[in-house]
Order: sequence, then C-alpha cells, then structure tokens
Amino acid sequence: MHSTRLSTHALDVSIGKIRICDALNLSVASGERWAILGRNGVGKSTLLMTLAGLRRPQHGELNLCGVQTGVSPSAPALCVPSGTFSSHDLRRLAKIRGVLPQHQSDPFPATVLETALVGRHPHLGRWDWESEADRAIARQALAAVGLEDFAGREVHTLSGGERQRLAVAQLLTQQPQLFLLDEPLTHLDLAHQVAVMDLFKAITADEATATACIAILHDPGFAVRYCEHALLLFGNGEWLAGRSQEIITADNLSRLYGYPLREIRSDNDRWFIPR
Amino acid sequence: MPSRRRAFFVLALLLALAALSLAVALAAGSIPVTLSDLFTALFGGSPTGETSLAVEVIRGLRLPRALGAFACGGLLALAGALMQVLLRNPLADPYVLGISGGAAVGALLAMLLGLALWFINLAAFGGAFAAMLLVFGLAHGDNSWTRTRLLLTGVIVASGCGAAVALMLSIAPETQLRGMLFWLMGDAGQISEARPALAVLALSLALALPFARELNVLARGDRLAQTLGVPVAQVKRGVYFLAALATATAVTTAGSIGFIGLIVPHLVRLWLLRQGWGNDQRLLLPATALVGGSLLLLADTLARTVIAPQQLPVGVLTALIGVPVFLYLLSREKTT
Repeated sequence: MHSTRLSTHALDVSIGKIRICDALNLSVASGERWAILGRNGVGKSTLLMTLAGLRRPQHGELNLCGVQTGVSPSAPALCVPSGTFSSHDLRRLAKIRGVLPQHQSDPFPATVLETALVGRHPHLGRWDWESEADRAIARQALAAVGLEDFAGREVHTLSGGERQRLAVAQLLTQQPQLFLLDEPLTHLDLAHQVAVMDLFKAITADEATATACIAILHDPGFAVRYCEHALLLFGNGEWLAGRSQEIITADNLSRLYGYPLREIRSDNDRWFIPR
Repeated sequence: MPSRRRAFFVLALLLALAALSLAVALAAGSIPVTLSDLFTALFGGSPTGETSLAVEVIRGLRLPRALGAFACGGLLALAGALMQVLLRNPLADPYVLGISGGAAVGALLAMLLGLALWFINLAAFGGAFAAMLLVFGLAHGDNSWTRTRLLLTGVIVASGCGAAVALMLSIAPETQLRGMLFWLMGDAGQISEARPALAVLALSLALALPFARELNVLARGDRLAQTLGVPVAQVKRGVYFLAALATATAVTTAGSIGFIGLIVPHLVRLWLLRQGWGNDQRLLLPATALVGGSLLLLADTLARTVIAPQQLPVGVLTALIGVPVFLYLLSREKTT
C-alpha cells in the first residue's frame, strides 16, 4: 500500500531572476527515493525549501503528506494566502516531514545526545521534557549513523564528517514520513557516503514506516544507484523528472552540467566521469 | 542528564543563594542588625507597634535598595541570555543593540533640563524604547533582518548615543556632572521603589519560559528551527521586545550597570556544562535571573560598605570583577 507523500501541481519557483522550475508536476509516493541534480546555483536548495513548505512558490499548489497549502482545517482558506502554510500547519508538518539543512551551526556548547534530541522538539508539548523514550529514540538514531559512543561528547570536538552524521541522526530522531536532504553526503568519506545512502534506502524500503526521501546529490552515479527516480533542473525553468535509469544518461547530464560526461558501466552500476 | 526534577533542584539551590544574599545585604551596613530585627522587618511588625531603628532602616532603606538591585541584576542577566540566543552570539549583551545608549541620552537630557526624578526615569525608559524601535525598524528594512544587520545597526545607534552623551557631559554645569556620571556608571543608591522592576522580572520570566525549548532550537539556526515548526519571525520579535523591556526597566531603575548581562549567562552556562547540560534555556533563563540578581545584590552591598560612608557606583564594581572573570573564561575557552 503506497500513499502519496508529496505532490505538486503547476509549481513555479524562482529566486531573484533565476527561474528554478516552471509548472513542476511531481508526485512522490512512500517507498520512493528521488534525487535532485543540477549545476551549482540553479536553486536546488531553494526548491527543496519550497517543497518543505518553508518558502512560498510563485505559483501552484503543494501537498505535503496530506497537508495542502493554503487550506487548513482550523483556518479558512481566505486567511492563508495560496502557496503558504499557516503556522498551525507548519507545526503539524514538523512531525511528518524532516529537512537536513546544508549547514549546521553550534554557537553554544552542547553534547551530541542533546543535539540529537533537538529532533524530538515537534513531538513534545509546550511544558514537556524529553522522556526516557525520546532518549532511546535519539540513542538509536546515533547508533544508526555509528555515533553511539559519542553521546556524551561535546559537539565542538566532532570532525566535519561526524558533525554531518550527527545532523542525520537528529533528522532520524524527528521520525518524519518524508525526508528532504540537502547534500547529505557533504564532508563524508566514501564509506560513510555509502552508509548514509544505505541507511535511507533501508528506511524507505521498510513498508511499515511508509516514508519517502528526496535528496540533492552531486554524484549522478550515487543517484542512479540509490534513487530510482530523479529530477533534473537545467537552470532556465526547464526540468525533467522520471525514472533514473531512463533520464540519467550521459547526454542529459552533459547538457545539465554544461560539460561533456562519459558513462562507465560495471556490473549493474553506472558511473559518469568527465571527459 | 537534563530532567525537570534536576532543574527544580538546581533552581531551589539558586533560590537559597538568592535568599542568603538578601539576608547579607539587609544585615550589612553601619547600623548593626540582629537576627530578630531581620525577622521583624520582613515578616511583620511587633505587636506593640513600636519598631527599633534597625527595623526602620531595613524596611525604609535597605530592603527597597536590595530588592531593586536584585531585580535589576536578574533583568540584565535575563536580557543578556535572550540577546545571546537572538543574535546567536555568545558575546552579545543587553546593551549591544543600543538600548542603554538610548536610555542614557533620555536620562541625561532630563537631568540637563533639571527635571524631577520621576521624569528622568520616564525619559530613560522612553529613550531606551526609542533606540529599540529605531534599531528594529532600520534593521527590519528589507523584511528579513539578519543577525549581522541587526548587530551592525545596534552598534551604530549605540555609538551615536555615546557621542550624544559625551556632548551633554561636556556642556553640563559642574553641579550636575556628578549625578550624571553616577547614573552612567550604574548606581543602586537611586532606587526608591523596587516593585516595578520586580514585577517586570516576574513578567519577563513568565513570558519567556513557555518558549524556552523553542529558543533552544532557535539558538541552533533559523532554518533548522523553521523545519522543526518554530514560528521563527514571531519568536524572534518576541524575544527582542522582551529583552528590550527587561533592559529598559533595569537601566531606568539603576542606570547602565555593565557586565552582569554578559558575564552571568556565561558563568551559568559553564557551570551547567560541567553538570552535563548544554545551553538549555528551560534552566538557563531562570538560573541566570537568580544568579544575576544575587550577584548584583552582593556587589551593591560591597559597593556601599567597602569604603563606608563613601559609596561606590555598583557598575564600577561589577565591571572591575567582570573584566578579569571574562578574560579568564575567554583564555580558558581557547585552550580546551
């Protein structure tokens, strides 16, 4: 049983003078993993924030895990401008869709476990403190990214890659049904890149969780290997969405990145390298 | 491990510290006070209706000043903690956005015109809020006030106020100069009524605490807070107004006392970190208020007793204690 986690209808998104996508129609069902590919600065992160319901599109509709923009049960549609969510909806959305931001900042000292526990925030009432159950969820998430022995460490002592895995653990602690990942593989070594992608593959493949995942990636090989769907952004409003095996081709990628690429096949894997 | 029960335990401990500093402040001074005098002064008059001189001194002089100093310390520390979260900058203090500068301009202008004390207070409060609105309005210009923009606007407004203060000091007549300088340095001796400041302290805590966990998330970045369902713009606006209200009240009550707002949140944070808590506002906000109040109360007691009958402005004392403590903390942070 697959349910729609995210759908857009005629979504126009642009930032400044950059048109990111014109009339984007996208439907992401549970169990699916999507990769977003495109050059630097075409607006991948902006699109991801729009899909997360945090930025208003220029035009079009967005439905996130059953929550529709501009329409909320508590507030009449007139109160909320089309294309945005009410603050009530944003609180509701925080429980069902999670975002891995591109950057993490820790201006104040905190432990690793505390940082992972931040993901529980939307699930707690105003006066609640994190319970033993919340802590167990956070420990489990830390274990999933291989940080189980770091719980008491200070975040400032972590390496870049460890901090990135902690951000993933924080996202897992949030337990959303839709994962939106902005460059999840930054700072990670090869083994951990594979481990993180395997982790999200296992989570979305588990039918009981009914989750879906959309990730901004920079390696088309990883996109083909881990995401059966892809969205290519060409930078002039033009987009291409479909099955990775069909649309991630050397021709399309050469046009996408503005640089000739060559495909290398080995067993079932396909890798793309610059000519 | 952070839990509600341990938070209550820590706060009970700090409450005891506050009570102890209050007792010390009431007992210290040129007129000796016995324990029974203290009890009579605090918990009701003697049945015969006649009260000793000590009781009169405590009730009429020392208690308002002590409670006022405590409230101001609490307000400044709380405002400092809120500003540090708002600007996500551990070096922020209540004055960084020009609020005390605005208050100083208002107060000195009223003094220069020879107005009554209550009008000086009103002018200080008005000046503080004018500076706040100015910074808020200017930084808000492009509808998305970023931290850098806010900080820069605040610093510029503050230095503008500094110039205006210097101008007024240089043209002020000799006779008013001493009063002006004491006001600028921060002086709890001018406190005659502590209740407004205490009420604002209670109100600020009551308004901030329900949002303490939101502030924890906000301290880790706007974007993360947004994705976790925090209404970032509204919470930030609320925090800014609350910090401004607290600062304006403290400055109006006792002048611009330095370093409490910067040092105390750091002290409490460092101490909590040793206990395995990080920057948890649910405990940090009430704890900074209690520690800030106690610290200013003790500093003020020192200020009026150390070279009695001469009184020192308490702001000088907090700065003299604050500067080395802060430098020590900074140098330690580098090595660890």
